[in-house]
Amino acid sequence: MKMTGAQIICESLVKEGVEVIFGILGGSLLPLYDALPHYPQLRHILVRHEQGAAHAADGYARATGKVGVCFATSGPGATNLVTGIANAHLDSAPMVAITGQVARPFIGKDAFQEVDITGITLPITKHNYLAMDAASLPGIMKEAFYLAGTGRPGPVLIDLPRDVQQEPAEFNYPDKINLPQYKPTLQGHPAQIKKAAKLIGESQRPLIIAGRGITISGAYAELKELVEKAQIPVVTTLLGTSCFPESHALSYGMLGMHGMAYANMAVDAADLIIAIGMRFDDRATAKVSAFAPHAHIIHIDIDPAEIGKNVRVDVPIVGDVKLVLGELNKLADKSKHIDWVRKLDEWRKEHPSLIIRDGESLLPQYVVRQIYEATKGEAIVVTGVGQHQMWAAQYYWYDKPNTFISSGGLGTMGFGLPAAMGAKVGCPDKTVWCIDGDGSLQMTIQELATIAQEKVGVKIAVLRNNYLGMVRQWQELFYGKRYVATPLSSPDFVKISEAYGIPALRVERRAEVAPAIQKAMAEPGAFLIDFIVEPEENVYPMVPPGAALAEVLEEPRKEAKAVKDSAKLPVSNI
Amino acid sequence: MATTKHILVALVEDKPGVLNRMASLFRRRGFNIDSIAVGHSEMPNMSRMTFVVNGPATVVEQVRKQLDKVVETVKVSDITGDNVITRELAFIKVKANSANRSEIIQIVDIFRANIVDVAPDSVIIEATGDEDKINSLFNLVRGFGIKEISRTGRIAMTRGGSGPLPVMKKPPKSQAKGKKVTK
Repeated sequence: MKMTGAQIICESLVKEGVEVIFGILGGSLLPLYDALPHYPQLRHILVRHEQGAAHAADGYARATGKVGVCFATSGPGATNLVTGIANAHLDSAPMVAITGQVARPFIGKDAFQEVDITGITLPITKHNYLAMDAASLPGIMKEAFYLAGTGRPGPVLIDLPRDVQQEPAEFNYPDKINLPQYKPTLQGHPAQIKKAAKLIGESQRPLIIAGRGITISGAYAELKELVEKAQIPVVTTLLGTSCFPESHALSYGMLGMHGMAYANMAVDAADLIIAIGMRFDDRATAKVSAFAPHAHIIHIDIDPAEIGKNVRVDVPIVGDVKLVLGELNKLADKSKHIDWVRKLDEWRKEHPSLIIRDGESLLPQYVVRQIYEATKGEAIVVTGVGQHQMWAAQYYWYDKPNTFISSGGLGTMGFGLPAAMGAKVGCPDKTVWCIDGDGSLQMTIQELATIAQEKVGVKIAVLRNNYLGMVRQWQELFYGKRYVATPLSSPDFVKISEAYGIPALRVERRAEVAPAIQKAMAEPGAFLIDFIVEPEENVYPMVPPGAALAEVLEEPRKEAKAVKDSAKLPVSNI
Repeated sequence: MATTKHILVALVEDKPGVLNRMASLFRRRGFNIDSIAVGHSEMPNMSRMTFVVNGPATVVEQVRKQLDKVVETVKVSDITGDNVITRELAFIKVKANSANRSEIIQIVDIFRANIVDVAPDSVIIEATGDEDKINSLFNLVRGFGIKEISRTGRIAMTRGGSGPLPVMKKPPKSQAKGKKVTK
C-alpha cells in the first residue's frame, strides 16, 4: 500500500505499540505532524523544550520498560535533544528519537536549521540513521525499535529529511529483523557459570553489587533467590536502587561516593564480589586501584565491552542477567555466612549512615522520609541531580521494584521534572513524586506548563536550599568554603507553579511537612511543594574524590541520631 | 602505561558512516591512528579494514570490544603478534634527469620495485613491502629529491589455515537500505 514517508513513520509507531510521543514540531517536521491527527492512538505531548522531550521519553521508558519516543525538528530542535540522548545512552534507557532534517537537496549546504545530527549523536547513540528515501523507512523503524529495546538498551536516532516525509513509498512493515551482525549474547557460558558457582561456594565473605541491569532484565526474583539461597549480602549502585527490597535483612543499601558506610566497608572486606548488571562507575568504585582489594570478582553483564573496562575480573559472564542468574541459582549451593553477616550488622550499628537530627530546622532528609511515610514506599520517585538526589536515594526505602528513576551516568541536572512527567504518563495509576532541587528544577522548569496542559498528576517536592548544593558541599569540604557561583536566589516556586496553573504550597517547618504532603496526595492533579530546607546541609556519608571506599567521611555532628538505620536493622532470620 | 603498536582487522558491512563510527572510537581516547586501509572483502557488500594504532594493550582491547559492538561490525580482531604478513603500497615521485635516472632504476631493481611513470624531470616508483622496506627505499632515494609520496598504510593477513575473521557464506541482506550516516 502506497503511503507518504510521514504516514509510514506513524504506521510503524502504531505497529511498535507506541502510545505516546514527546516532542516539538518545526518546519522540517511539518509533514510528519500533519499526518499525526490521523493516528489518534498516538498521543502527542507538546513539551516546552526538546531536552524535556528526551528526558520525558527516558522517564517513560524506565518506568514502563517500553521504548520511549521523542520528536524534534531539525537544527536547534535536534541539538536540544542531545543532552537527553546522552543521558539515555549512559543509563541504558531504550529510546527512539526522530529528528526532522532539511530536504535532501539542501543537506550539506548549511541550509536554514540544518545540523549534522547523525554526526553529532554518533558517540551517544546505540545506532543512528539518516533516512534518505521513504522506501527504507519501514526497515529503519523496525530496526531502530529492536536495537533500542534489546541487548543493552539505548537510544537510536532517525534523521528524517522533510522531502522524505512527503515521498510516497510502499508500506509493508517487516515482521522479521535482519541485523545479521547484531546478536546480543543472552545465555551465559555454562562453564563460566559453573566457575562462578564454585567461587560462591568457596567464599567466606561474598557480596553482591546489584545494578540497573537487574531492573532492565526484570531479574528481581532471580536475584532474591540467589541472595536467600546462598545468604549473600546485597549492596546496590545508585541506579540499582529499588532492584532489591531495602527492608530485606540482607540488604545493606547503596555503595559508592554517597553510599552507606557499612556498604562501602563490606566491599572493602569482601573476599568475593558478584557484580550483576553494573559497570563499575567511578562514583560506585571510588579509587579504583583500592576497590575490593581482597576480593575475587564475578562480573555478569550483557555488554561484553563492560567486562574488564574498569576493574580486573576473575570470572566474566556475558549474558542477560535474568537468564544467567536463573542458571546460577541451579548450581549455587545453599550456604550461610553467619560471621560475615553478623560483622555487617555490627558495622551497620556502629556506623549509622542515615541520620535525621532532632530539632526545629527543616532538614531535607526529613522531607524525603516523610514522603516515604506518606506513600508507604509505593510511589515512583524521580529525581533531578544534586544533593536532593542522594537524599532521595538514601532516606526513602525502596522495597518495590523499579520505583527509583534518576540520572546516574550523565548526572543531568534538570532530568527530574520531565522524567517524572514521562513516568507518570507511562504509569498513570501510580503515584509519582518528583524530588528535585531548586538548581536542578530550574534547568527544565518550563515543563510545568506541559504538566499543566496535559494534566499529568505529578507531585513535585522542591528541596530548596538556595544553593547549587552539591557543588557548594564540595567547595565547603575541599575548596576552603569559597562559595563561588553556587549561591542561587531562587524564585518563589509557589507563585511560579500557580502561574503555570499548578496548585502549590510553601513549607518552612517540620510540623507542616506531613500535612502538606497529604494535601499534595489528595489533590487529583499535579501539586508542588516548595520546601525551604536547611541551606548548608551536607550529604553524608561521603567518600572524598580520589579516596578509596573505605575512607568514607561520616556525618560529623555530635548530636546526630540515627533514625532509619536502627529502624531498618533486620529481625534476625539468618 | 606502555604503548605498543597494534594491528586490528575488521570485517564490516559496506555502508556509509561505518568508517566514521570505527575511527571515532579511537579519536575519543585521543589515539592517533597510524594507518587505516579499507577495501572490499571476499564477500559482496562487506569491507575489510586494517587499523594500525599505538596504545596500551588494555586500552586497545577495550576499543576492540567497542568496535565489535558497532551494529555493522561482524568481527574485529587484534592480530598483533600473530603469524601475520603485512604489506603496504607506496608511490614515490623522485626528481630524476638523464644523468641519474639509471642509478635510480638500479636501486628500484634491488628493492624489486617498479618505475610506473617517467617524465623528463621525475619518475614515480611503485613499491610494495612491509613498512621497513618502504622506509629503506625511501631513505635511499631521498638524496635525489622527493617531490611527492603516497602510502596506503598496512594491510595484514594471518598465514595459513583460517584467519581471525569469519568467512561469510552469504552476504547479509539488510532490510533497511537507507543510507546510514555520511562518512
